[in-house]
Amino acid sequence: MKLLYFAWLKQKTGIGEEDITLPEDVTTLGALVDWLKTRGPGYGEALADLSVVRFAVNQDFAQLDHPLTDADEVALFPPVTGG
Amino acid sequence: MIRVQNEDFDIGAEMTALSGNGDVGALASFVGLVRGQEGDENIGAMTLEHYPGMTEKKLAEVEAEARNRWPLNDCLIIHRYGRLEPGERIVMVITASSHRQAALEACAFLIDWLKTSAPFWKLEERGDSKEWVEARAADDQAAEKWATKK
Repeated sequence: MKLLYFAWLKQKTGIGEEDITLPEDVTTLGALVDWLKTRGPGYGEALADLSVVRFAVNQDFAQLDHPLTDADEVALFPPVTGG
Repeated sequence: MIRVQNEDFDIGAEMTALSGNGDVGALASFVGLVRGQEGDENIGAMTLEHYPGMTEKKLAEVEAEARNRWPLNDCLIIHRYGRLEPGERIVMVITASSHRQAALEACAFLIDWLKTSAPFWKLEERGDSKEWVEARAADDQAAEKWATKK
């Protein structure tokens, strides 16, 4: 699975993009977030307050109950501020 | 038409390009610029980051929605990324239609919707510090008002 981080989530995790193998018991976006938090302090800090984090699966906005497979592209980022 | 680019654009040339050949009766446009001040604070510059791929996808969706709701002859969204200084252009929306109401409404819809759905983030330079701009509830409300209204 391809994971992408943008804006301050990229700064806090220290990573812009990474390829991971989705653990077998991780089948939703919410479960992925819980698993990511265990991967290090940067992830924990970035994902401490999910009210300021938005998610996309395969480049569409998605909620935490969205199902995942290892072929998906998941992005984590703050609420958008373009325009 | 969607363009996501680092380079600047020429407002007059873009307007002219959408003027049609006698079939367009109204052009409406919006241009967003970098503000040099936010409240009492000076903004040195801002850097726009985006999500290549999703950005184009979301902008194409808002364009398709505008064309579905209003009779548009043409429609253009240009959004820049990278480091921009105060006074520089960030975004331009142009709509072309037979009559002004469709052009004006579609233009307002496009800028309201792209602000809340296109994955861009602004990093402002304030003095020696850099701060990510936070999303505004007013922008969400502006987009929501188009949810049911034509």
